[in-house]
Amino acid sequence: MVQTLTTLKESPSQTAGPYVHIGATPNWVEITGVWDEDLGLVLVGPETKGERIIVKGRVFDGSGNVIKDALIEIWQADADGLYNSPEEKRGKADPNFVGWGRQPTDGTTGEYRFETIKPGRVPYKDGRLMAPHITVWIVARGINIGLHTRLYFGDEEAANAECPVLARIEHKFRLPTLIAARSEENGMPTYTFDIRL
Amino acid sequence: MQRKAILSEVSGPRQEQMTGLEGGFYQRDRSWHPAALTPQYKTSVLRSPQYPLLALENTISEMTGPRFGHGTIGPLDNDLIRNFAKTGDAIGQRIIVYGRVLDENARPVPGALVEFWQANAGGRYRHKKETYLAAIDPNFGGCGRAITDAEGRYWFRTIKPGAYPWPNGVNDWRPAHIHFSLFGHAFAQRLITQMYFEGDPMIWQCPIVSTIADKAAIDQLTAVLDRNATLPMDALAYKFDIVLRGRRSTMFENRMEGN
Ligand SMILES: [Fe+2]
Repeated sequence: MVQTLTTLKESPSQTAGPYVHIGATPNWVEITGVWDEDLGLVLVGPETKGERIIVKGRVFDGSGNVIKDALIEIWQADADGLYNSPEEKRGKADPNFVGWGRQPTDGTTGEYRFETIKPGRVPYKDGRLMAPHITVWIVARGINIGLHTRLYFGDEEAANAECPVLARIEHKFRLPTLIAARSEENGMPTYTFDIRL
Repeated sequence: MQRKAILSEVSGPRQEQMTGLEGGFYQRDRSWHPAALTPQYKTSVLRSPQYPLLALENTISEMTGPRFGHGTIGPLDNDLIRNFAKTGDAIGQRIIVYGRVLDENARPVPGALVEFWQANAGGRYRHKKETYLAAIDPNFGGCGRAITDAEGRYWFRTIKPGAYPWPNGVNDWRPAHIHFSLFGHAFAQRLITQMYFEGDPMIWQCPIVSTIADKAAIDQLTAVLDRNATLPMDALAYKFDIVLRGRRSTMFENRMEGN
């Protein structure tokens, strides 16, 4: 027998199931008193640098029905394009912006909603700048392994056009599905990002 | 303060020529994970992506992630027997679940946030959409969390959850299980999974378990009874290690022109 590698296998994923909120956002499902506040509800405080925006949308299944029991997480850079993470080696991010958020999709409307800031640009591995984007992660009953995607901004046409990640997408018809349209809601810039499975 | 010192240590152009620098994460072994489309688990049919996934090489966006300090966690967060208790301890078989969070290079992952949730001893969740007729335990909430220590260890105390029926086939049951959510050091490592219990015959009848094709992968999600870690006259113990994606170490740099 040849030598064996010493690497381990990643633990296989299993669906988050219908009750993911018991673990992720217990207060939201009326399990109160275990801890005071669900993690990831608030991204932005008064001291946070950057343009305040709302990101919202819905998740649709393969038949076009809205998924009302999903959990969405986002991860993004600060206004200067730095991540608030020990793995960020390029500098120190805005200490008043965690950059991570977690929200359930609404049990009635299916909408998720984050109040955040518009991220700055982050370099690709070769140093070219990627367009501003937010990393999105989706789990739900029926999803066997969490789905990663990216939200890009509809009003960043020039940056989107030169983004090395967007440029690598072979089937161009899929490109617009990664771009959130900008509108205004009560004077707040609002980006709508629907996710279709 | 300490973090800033670490940052300046590894930044700067000189470091880029260094060997042993950590690169992107290993590609996920999709044959080890469940497929997205697994018709025996009916809900997956309409909730699996219709188009192939785009391949995205890791960038800084995936290789960074939020970190939760030990201050995030309260003293009862890892005690499901007491953290929702109103009139007394939760009912059920008292167990300790412990283990380590490692990466694929078999290195511990310290500072990982581990979240867990489960049904009560009768197999009933505390949730308004839950309709199973088993009784609610007034002293059991069903959620907890821990942050791994410097060796990647976590532990919590709970009751063994019951098996429960669910609407898929007309008579499908889930084996006893605990749901786990994991944050490592990077968003690319984000993982949700489930823990099963050694020796449970229900494991092999479950349409959700069988979304995993390889028996060895199912075994990886099956906690082992550890008689040595039991608390005498108190609680049984199960060991459950979890492996997150590991990073490539770049012995030789393969840099593109101009960098
Ligand atoms: Fe469950």
